[in-house]
Amino acid sequence: MASPITPVIAATPGTRSAAKPALLSVRNVAKNFGRNAVLRNVSLEIAEGEFLTILGESGSGKTTLLRIVAGFETANSGEIWMGSERLDHQPPYRRRVNTVFQSYALFPHLTVEENVGYGLRVAKRPAAEIVQRVAEALVKVKMTTHAKAKPSKISGGQQQRVALARALVNRPRLLLLDEPLSALDANLRRQMQVELKSLQREVGIAFVFVTHDQEEAMVMSDRIALLRSGELEQVATPREIYSRPATAYVAQFIGHTNLLKGEVRGGVVRCASLAWAASLPDGPALFSLRPEHVRLAGSGASGNGSVRVRGRVVHQAFHGATELIRVECADGLVLVVRTASSSAVHNEVELEFSAADAVLVRESPERI
Amino acid sequence: MFSRAYKTVVTAPPLVWVTVFLLVPYLLMFCYSFWSVSPAQAIVHSWNLENYKELLQKTVYWETLLRSMWIAARVMVFSLLLGYPLAYFLSFYAGKRKDLLYQMVIIPLWVSYLVRAYAWKTILGSDGVLNTLLQYVHLATHPLDFLLYSPFAVVLTLTHIYTPFTFLPIYAALEHIPRNLVEASHDLGATPVQTFWKVIFPLSIPGVVAGATFAFVLSLGDFLAPLLLGGPSGIMISNIVVSLFGAAYNWPLGAAISLGMLVIVVSLLFFSERLEKKWSFS
Repeated sequence: MASPITPVIAATPGTRSAAKPALLSVRNVAKNFGRNAVLRNVSLEIAEGEFLTILGESGSGKTTLLRIVAGFETANSGEIWMGSERLDHQPPYRRRVNTVFQSYALFPHLTVEENVGYGLRVAKRPAAEIVQRVAEALVKVKMTTHAKAKPSKISGGQQQRVALARALVNRPRLLLLDEPLSALDANLRRQMQVELKSLQREVGIAFVFVTHDQEEAMVMSDRIALLRSGELEQVATPREIYSRPATAYVAQFIGHTNLLKGEVRGGVVRCASLAWAASLPDGPALFSLRPEHVRLAGSGASGNGSVRVRGRVVHQAFHGATELIRVECADGLVLVVRTASSSAVHNEVELEFSAADAVLVRESPERI
Repeated sequence: MFSRAYKTVVTAPPLVWVTVFLLVPYLLMFCYSFWSVSPAQAIVHSWNLENYKELLQKTVYWETLLRSMWIAARVMVFSLLLGYPLAYFLSFYAGKRKDLLYQMVIIPLWVSYLVRAYAWKTILGSDGVLNTLLQYVHLATHPLDFLLYSPFAVVLTLTHIYTPFTFLPIYAALEHIPRNLVEASHDLGATPVQTFWKVIFPLSIPGVVAGATFAFVLSLGDFLAPLLLGGPSGIMISNIVVSLFGAAYNWPLGAAISLGMLVIVVSLLFFSERLEKKWSFS
């Protein structure tokens, strides 16, 4: 059994020359449950110390991918590598990977400190070391006062912290978190997002975090891997995935967007009554235009490359700091516009956006 | 939520049943244990402690009680040794065959106790299946006579009969263990063997205690297996009670022994329930 204290020195694969070497690489992994394909040809690399979020709807295969990395499921094809070590042939108890389970999975017959010390005890570490490391881990998650309590006697948020301490105390090279915040209420959840992120920076361990909550993914991640029906749609930083979505699905899944179905002819895009110049080959094209990039046009002159359209306000939704306004324009075109909440809106409005903000996206084909 | 009348109608029949067929007989037995039998074989309704004195003084009762407990203890251990691995295998490794195998454990319970006891008589007797086989393959030159009419035969038969009773609560306890605890244990570096002893077994203790109690208590009070297969050396305490209520016609002494047994069994149940509670975490 690999000792959980001395890190295995990973030989960097010669093929990679990126600044951060890949800690874990998932190569062409596919998984079927019966005839149902859950993952198809998924490849993904996770760098040392990275916070990567696997984002997807329920049934997208995100938990299955996590379970394959942890070793609870076996992929039908593909490989998992940690440095120069092939992981997918090893049982879960030999992988230097620890998991925080969705329902925490704390051992009900053990106290908080016995739970946290479990990994060190089964690895037969010296007793004094166990005591010290458990105490440190409990301090880190602020659970020292509950050290002697059984899991059933502490709250959900506290169980969450214990589960985190139980995993981190083993100093894994990679921590997997399966929707760990989904059982918490909204306030505690936001608080834990911040704590978890700062804890990750502090310990410097790579986190793979699974969630269906795009906001959570945006707040916490270094990179987001968006999974849809068992295939990766896009892997990018939160900013990039928001501002340059690769596909229509990504654009719609993350934040609000207007999808504009247009036709390019001779360097001009036409979409309903809109038209703007773009250096694109002729043919149909799909664009994503974020509501905050559409403005209520003032009386002043419009900037260079700006597109204008008139319309009628059909719906107005209050979102706190901002409002989303649905505007019906000519030829069945509907645009959603984000405005500051205080702005007075007339029935008839003129909208304006910059052509550069309409991002070309790929169509997302239907998948079953 | 429910009306008074409804509650009365629903609870009355079981209450009447328990009173007439359980409480009243126990009360009668309690009274009998303080009475005595006259030389003319009539029950004398005079209250005294003679029966209990005789129980404490005569070694035959003590010896038989200890032998019965020793037999029951062996039955308990063997049913656990058979029932636990079976339940563990079914719960964790049987996969799609789980339901079929479960039924196969349960089906023997539908066969009459007597049939199963007689079956062992056929197998263990001097002209029985086992002895014939042993001589046929020259493992024995003459029939082995310790097989039948011995404590061995009683332990074997009772183990066969009560193993399903041990299996069932253990299986239920194992099925109750959330599988993510097993995954969490593996995830934290524990091998399957470590996981079994540190997580699975501790969490199955309530089932083990319940199963052990079933096997011990049911065996302790058994009188058919020793009657059919025990021979003179395999007599158990219940056989003495049966003969006291029958041929020996000493109901008061029989009642006193029965009450003694009742005290032992109730204390055991009390103890095992506390043990089960201590190891329950849900």
